[in-house]
Parts: sequence; structure tokens; C-alpha cells
Amino acid sequence: MIVVNGLRKRFGRTLALDGMSFGVAAGQVTGFIGPNGAGKSTTMRVILGLDRAEEGTALIDGQAYRSLRRPLTRVGSLLDASALQPSRTARNHLRWLADSQGLPARRVDEVIELSGLGSAARRRAGGFSLGMRQRLGIAAALLGDPAALLLDEPFNGMDPEGIIWMRGFLRTLAGQGRAVLVSSHLMNELQDIADRVVIVGRGRAIAEAPVADLRRTPDGSVRSLEAAYLELTRDAVDYRAHSGEVA
Amino acid sequence: MRTLRAEWTKLRTVRGWVVALLAAAAAIIGLGVLPGMQGTCDATCRLPVGPDGTEVTDVLYFVHKPLTGDGSLTVRLDALTGILPSAPDQQPDPTGGGPQHADGDGGRPGLVPWAKTGILIKDGTRSGSSYAALMLTGTHGVRMQYDFTNDIAGPAGGGPRWLRLTRAGGTVTGEVSADGTTWTKVAGVTPSNLPATAEIGVFATSPQYTEAVAGALGLHGASGGPTSATGAYEQVTLTGTSASGWRGDQIGGGGDRAGTSTQDGDRITVTGSGDIAPAVAGPAGLGVTITQTLAGTFAGLILVVVVATMFVTAEYRRGIMRTTMSAQPRRGRILAAKAVVIGGVVFAVGLVAAATVVTLGQRMLESSGVYVHSASLAVRLQVIVGTAAVLAVAAVLALGLGAVIRRSAAAVTTAIVAIVLPYLLAMTVLPDTAAQWMLRITPAAALAVQQSTPEYAQVSNLYTPVGGYFPLSPLGGFLVLCGWTALVLAIAGVLLRRRDA
Repeated sequence: MIVVNGLRKRFGRTLALDGMSFGVAAGQVTGFIGPNGAGKSTTMRVILGLDRAEEGTALIDGQAYRSLRRPLTRVGSLLDASALQPSRTARNHLRWLADSQGLPARRVDEVIELSGLGSAARRRAGGFSLGMRQRLGIAAALLGDPAALLLDEPFNGMDPEGIIWMRGFLRTLAGQGRAVLVSSHLMNELQDIADRVVIVGRGRAIAEAPVADLRRTPDGSVRSLEAAYLELTRDAVDYRAHSGEVA
Repeated sequence: MRTLRAEWTKLRTVRGWVVALLAAAAAIIGLGVLPGMQGTCDATCRLPVGPDGTEVTDVLYFVHKPLTGDGSLTVRLDALTGILPSAPDQQPDPTGGGPQHADGDGGRPGLVPWAKTGILIKDGTRSGSSYAALMLTGTHGVRMQYDFTNDIAGPAGGGPRWLRLTRAGGTVTGEVSADGTTWTKVAGVTPSNLPATAEIGVFATSPQYTEAVAGALGLHGASGGPTSATGAYEQVTLTGTSASGWRGDQIGGGGDRAGTSTQDGDRITVTGSGDIAPAVAGPAGLGVTITQTLAGTFAGLILVVVVATMFVTAEYRRGIMRTTMSAQPRRGRILAAKAVVIGGVVFAVGLVAAATVVTLGQRMLESSGVYVHSASLAVRLQVIVGTAAVLAVAAVLALGLGAVIRRSAAAVTTAIVAIVLPYLLAMTVLPDTAAQWMLRITPAAALAVQQSTPEYAQVSNLYTPVGGYFPLSPLGGFLVLCGWTALVLAIAGVLLRRRDA
């Protein structure tokens, strides 16, 4: 579905991506896990054609994002839930996005319903809590009914009720056959819903495996994803301490 | 097309932008109809019009005879002398009202550059009637002029000389000679409407003396006063079918400045004040032009520039540009769609505002007694559509600057400094030369579309931007703005593609 292969990118003197490679399969929730600065957001921006990688490719069904027509009908994304014009209502935000893909206004009302925005959709987005913004971001990502979804830290700022809703929602989306890539720096959020995880550090994928495999220890017992993650990213954390963060 | 619709939805769903664009229209209209000027013209205050409909000044003293059919008048001009105001009074005349009258003092000898005396053949003595004239001027040498707007230069220099004007059918030929035997043709012209029997004779007139006064902060004012010119002729010889006896007439009403003449055999002396030329608005003329009603353009421009800049920088500030680019990965199209939307909307808003203010503003000025020069439909359209187009292209330029600079405050400041400031400076504190240069090379050059009356070389006036006269032609000025806009858009397009979102 989505294939990332050998991405390399530098911001000034900092190497943000250093041979990032992994795949995202249809019908699965793929967790994209790593410490802040490991290159998760940069990878997503490169997949979406927003940032240019110096080397490597990121293809959606074999096509570069930049070559997609009506791209939101192929890939839905949520990078920054706060990327909203404060004085524009949620509904109008979705309307310009729908217009950009030639989608009818009816579809806007559908995703408002799906994301649980409800009557808040007619309020200005500037007054939204982060949780509401995340729901609006999910609505925007689903607008084009895409087969693939890229969600960057969608749990941030959500209240417990929202987190539970989001987990169920992501499972439903994968159950519909969509490829769902969800990044997080918190393990527990994804432990129960991800089918597979890609663990990143220092701008590359350290491990890519089914969650069940990662949680199994060499002696046969089951550890938390967090424990697996900590072991695998120990080097990356050291690196972070020396080099500072890359957003 | 989809991107275009998306950008249109974006623009109209931010209330602040919609309000600011409406406020831009309101500012243009409001400042244009604001009662500011006062004048003394009432409904009877009208300028005569020339054969082609141009408003003209036709005030002179004419010593004439009817001439039926072909004929020729030859004169020897002994001297051209004149009287200037004794001292320029220090009262600027910003209302553009009528010429100020001298306080009855004697004045000092001297000539204004366009003091005129010579031979005139004219369709009667009615103001604005067709004519041809061969004349000596204060400092512009011999000229052949006809029907007010046409001016042909002859030999330079003053001194005693011979002048001859010959009518043959519809053609009038002017010749000069230093000795009365060797003649040099100045020009043969065809006035539009010379009847079979036309009035021919010698005339004198002299336009108001005007000079710029630099006031506080360099604000321009003008001062001046009426002048007169006297032509002394001898050996006045008329050939052709004519009546006997010269008759002196003041043409165009001179009030207490009416001219005089004396006759002694074939010697005639004629003294006059006024001008026979196209009428101009401004310090040396009467009233204002419709350009005056668009004085509020700068305020509208500021708002338009701010909205257009924010239309792109607000997206960078909030991170919405990433959403926009993920919806349309072909970034050139985003820039194009934004340009079309902001340009189109601003053009529509500007068109309504300019059409309203030119119409209403003219009525307001006239009801305040200010004379407003007539403007043809073509000129009105040029001014109204031109103003809308300038606002629209300036908006696109601001948008381009926003895309290049990306940061709201810096981009808005740059756009204002590049587009609005040169205009404001040129209209207020800058000395004339600097103002003219500002309006040649900066985007503000495009305001030339608002010039509604031509600048005439044969009429001394303070042709300043604030008076509605611009250094470039309307199209030329507009193209300067378009050039800047194309350049900035090209840079923005390259950067947009090259930079990470």
C-alpha cells in the first residue's frame, strides 16, 4: 500500500532521516513509534510530498504523492490538528477541502457525523479544544474516503473518552480494509490497537514487526510494548541526548 | 478549477477578510464623497468647449475684420511686451478655484512663457470657436496653433519680425520673415470649422503666472496672478474681400482684465490677458478632474494589500499551507488559484467602489461649487476600470510577496512599503522630481490610470501627481505594476516549488 524506501534528509547539519524504510499494509493499523525527533513527522511529510527527501522514495500504490490527482481521495492525513484558521468554522474548513477535491457538500456532513463533531461544526475552529481539533482533523482525513490514512499523534490532547473513541475508530477504519499509519511517542496507546509497529530512532526504522512478535521476550513471556520499545530505542535516546531534537 | 473553488471558499469564509475588503470599498467611496473642497462655481459656471468637445480657455483681445473667401494678412510685429504680477502673493490655491485677481497694483514688466500675440483667423468671436493662429510667444518662439489642442513650433527667438497668415479654402498657412521679403513657412493647417466668412486680425493674450510654493513639510502649493501681453504692429496689410475698419473685441469676457487696442493708420497695438488653449485643471486652470474623486484609493489599497498578503501568510503561520499542499501537490496551481481569486474579488470590489465614487464624488464636488472637468465615457471607463485593475494587480503582487516572505508582519510591511508608500510619498511630502521618479519605477506608477485629462505642453501648469497628472501613460504605468507583479510571482513560484512546505 505505502512503501517507504531509503529516505534520507538533512536539516542543516542534522540528519533527520537516515535510510528510513518500511511498509504500511492495507487492512491493518501500523503503529509508527519512536522518541520525539526520531523522524516520524518528517517521514510523514515526505510521504505527503510536503518535504523533499534527498534520497529514497515514498510511494502510494507505486505512485509518488505529488503525482496523485485528487490526492485526498487516495491518502487522508492528519499532521497538525492545530493547523486551522481560527475564524473559520469547522464546517467551512471541511468545505474548502471538499471543494479542492471536487467532493460534494454532502460528504462534509457525513464526515462531521463520522468524527463526532456534531453541532460544533458550525462554531469557529479557533475556540476548539485540542481534542475537538483532533476530531476535525480526522474528519478532514476521511473526507475523500481514502484507502490510506496517515495520522501524526492523533491522541494528543484527547480526553479519556476521546482516546477510547479514537482507538475504536482506528480499528474500524482498518477493519474496512484501509491502511492506517499512526504515529505516537506513547506505547500504551497503540499496544492494543496496532497490528504491526515500526519502531524508529535516529531517522531510520529499527524494527518492523507484528506487535505480538515484539511483545514476546526471548524466554517466552509477554512484555509490554513499552519495554520492547525502550530496549530497541536505547541507542536512539542516547543519540537524542547528544544531538538535540529535530521536530 | 477545483483548487480555484477551494481558494474562493477559503477567502469568503474568513469574516475578517470579507469585512476588510468591504471596508476597502467603503474607504474609497467615503474619502471620495467627503465634503472637503469648496468652490464658487454654480450651475452657470461652465467652460467653453472647442470644436472637438475639449474644454478650452478662449480669453483674448482680438482686433479683427471679416474676411470672405481666400485672403492674407501680413503684419510687422515691432515688439511683444508684458506685465507680470508685482510680487507673487503667498496664498496657495488648493481648491483649484478660478484665477486670482490682482489687487489692482501696477505689476512689473515681463512675459510669461506662453504670452501670445500674432495673427488669428477665427470662426467669429464666440468662445470655443474654430481658429488658426500664427503667434510669437514669451519664451517658446513662433508657434502655429489651431483649434486649441494643436501646437506646431516655428522658429525660436524674439525680436521684430514679419508674420503672415494666408487662407486658401480650408487651409490656413503661417509664414514668418525677418525682413518682409524672404518668407519661411511654419505650417499649413486645416481648422475643423472655418466658415466662408471668418474673422481675421491680430490678438494678444497672456495666461496667469503660476509658480510652485513649497510649504511646510514640502507640501505643494501654488501662487500666481494674472498677466498681460501687448503686441505692437505696423504695416498691417490685409488682402482679400473684406470690410473696412478694424474692430476691437474682448473674447471670452475678461472682466476687469479686459484687453485694449489702439489704432493709428496701419499701426495697431493690442493688449490682452487670458489664453487661447485647452483648459486644464490645477493651479493654472480652473477646478479639478474626476481623478480628484479617487483620492481615497490609497486607503482602499492599504486594506486590499493587507488582506491579499494575509491570504497566503496566514496559511503559513497556522500550518494550513501543508493541508493546502497535500490537497493540491502541484504548488504552482495553488499560487495561480490564489492569484485569480484575490485578483478577481478585488477587481469586482474596486470596480463597484470606483464607479460609485467617480459618479457620486463628482456630484458632491459640483454641489460644493467645485468645477469638475468633463470626461468622456472612454476616459471614465479608463479611470474606473483602471483603478479596479490596479487594485487587483496590486493585490496579486502583495500575494506574491506573501508567498515569498511567508511571515505575515514582514510581508505586510514589505507590501505596504513597496506598493502604497511610494504613492503616499509622491502625493504628499516628496519634491516634484522625486515624486515623478517614484511614479515611474515603483508599482505606484500604475496610478497613472487615474489621469483623466491630458498634459498639454502649450499650457503652463503645475502638472503634479497630486493634481492628477502622472509621468507615465495610463497603460505604461499599469504595465510597470504588471512587470513587478510578474517578477514577484515568478520568484514565488520557484520558491514554492523548491522549498519544503
